[in-house]
Amino acid sequence: MKHLLSTENLSLFDAVRVLDTAEEMSAVGEREVKKLPALRGRTVVNLFFEDSTRTRISFEAAAKRLSADVINFAAKGSSVSKGESLKDTAQTLAAMGADAVVIRHWASGAPHRLAATDWIDAAVINAGDGTHEHPTQALLDAFTMRRHWSQVNGIESTGADLKGMRVAIAGDVLHSRVARSNVWLLKTLGAEVTLVAPPTLLPIGVEHWPCKVSYNLDETLEAGIDAMMMLRVQGERMNASFFPSTREYSRRWGFDDARLRMLDDLGMKDTIIMHPGPMNRGLEISSAAADSPRSTVLAQVRNGVSVRMAALYLLLSGDSREAAPNVSQSSKETN
Amino acid sequence: MTEVTSAHVPSRVVLNQADIDRALTRIAHEILEANKGSQDLVLLGIPSRGYPLAVRLANKIAAADPTVNAETMVGQLDVTMFRDDLSHQPTRPPRHTRLPLSGIDNKVVVLIDDVLYSGRTIRAALDALVDLGRPRIVRLAVLVDRGHRELPIRADHVGKNLPTSSSEKVRVHLEEIDSVDGVPVNEVVIEAGK
Repeated sequence: MKHLLSTENLSLFDAVRVLDTAEEMSAVGEREVKKLPALRGRTVVNLFFEDSTRTRISFEAAAKRLSADVINFAAKGSSVSKGESLKDTAQTLAAMGADAVVIRHWASGAPHRLAATDWIDAAVINAGDGTHEHPTQALLDAFTMRRHWSQVNGIESTGADLKGMRVAIAGDVLHSRVARSNVWLLKTLGAEVTLVAPPTLLPIGVEHWPCKVSYNLDETLEAGIDAMMMLRVQGERMNASFFPSTREYSRRWGFDDARLRMLDDLGMKDTIIMHPGPMNRGLEISSAAADSPRSTVLAQVRNGVSVRMAALYLLLSGDSREAAPNVSQSSKETN
Repeated sequence: MTEVTSAHVPSRVVLNQADIDRALTRIAHEILEANKGSQDLVLLGIPSRGYPLAVRLANKIAAADPTVNAETMVGQLDVTMFRDDLSHQPTRPPRHTRLPLSGIDNKVVVLIDDVLYSGRTIRAALDALVDLGRPRIVRLAVLVDRGHRELPIRADHVGKNLPTSSSEKVRVHLEEIDSVDGVPVNEVVIEAGK
């Protein structure tokens, strides 16, 4: 692995390796000295063209726990607002000696562009691009699910996959990069995924995705699930009417108190409720559900740091001279 | 990979099962002697082969001193993240670090590894220990010391001193982790260099 751009082409071996490494990294968070010297002297740039709190802080904490130097770059208030292109920004960072670039961009495919060109010879980690992918979020969700699933099955979580786990992802699938990344990764790990959303919030071509699709949340719950993932209704990306009113949305596709009781009534005592955050309480998830013992929202945030440490470590620790493509190396020499 | 190379590279067995067992029995008694008993003793094995050796040593110590429990004395210490060659080697996934419940503060920690060579693994282990607590004493026990040190590090307890050429490879096969069909286990082998 040189870059982490998407979960669609992440192999089972690589996915399990990231999760296993994250398992070891999480032990560091419980120690008195929460720091490892593994990436000492490496520079990680957080390149954020879009607002984000938890992802950026999570990456920053992960890089710092591995002793890397962190440079935070937010497009607002930078040269980007003066019209600087992605290429020039990337080349500027390359000239400053960045070893890894964590990029969040409003344009789908921006991280791929950065990785495919010779603008910068650094490891690229996609921290969310447009409505495309958000691989580290999917990995931390899978990590949270795997811990829960192996506990339910009474097995060691290291080395395990998610075979047989039934996961429902409900909400704004159309705009959700989290849903996309999760569908591919959970499929690779062997889980059965059902997407639940109103037809207007499902993307074109969803029938070709490796998952089931349902328009009815109650039917999906009755069929039995082991993890319920609610997606945020992304008001900022909604430039058309996708549903009549927020009340109707929350009644039909929100995880409200009635559905929380339904889990108990149906005897699904081990079902967890997940949300990638930030939550719209009362819209896609009720406060009672978000704060219930089933909720893994805070565990997901905690696991996010471990998973991002694992990703940074696996991308940056290897033999950098060998990992670099020969083409870019020879072009460097001629420069 | 071991099978393939051993088919072509001339190799000789330098310690067999009985030799390893005798060496570990002696080291166990040396540890008890140096510590004047089993008081505060913690054995930390370095993955992968240091850990099964630590378990074997703990069992021998418990056999010699019935007042201690072998299981509560042993732990595993991963040193991957503290190595000085991380950026020169292919990526190594970290292994599990597990300390005894009593922790290592004010304990007598004996680091245990299979082969002592450059001493760089032990340097990494000492750094890893600092982040986990403050032992009263740290000692080092190894099954084989093959020389060629690159750092001022010395083992307190050695199973066998093995003069080697640096082109040779020393391989330790233990039944706990190397049980693959066709490979003899519980022996130490020297393979000639290419």
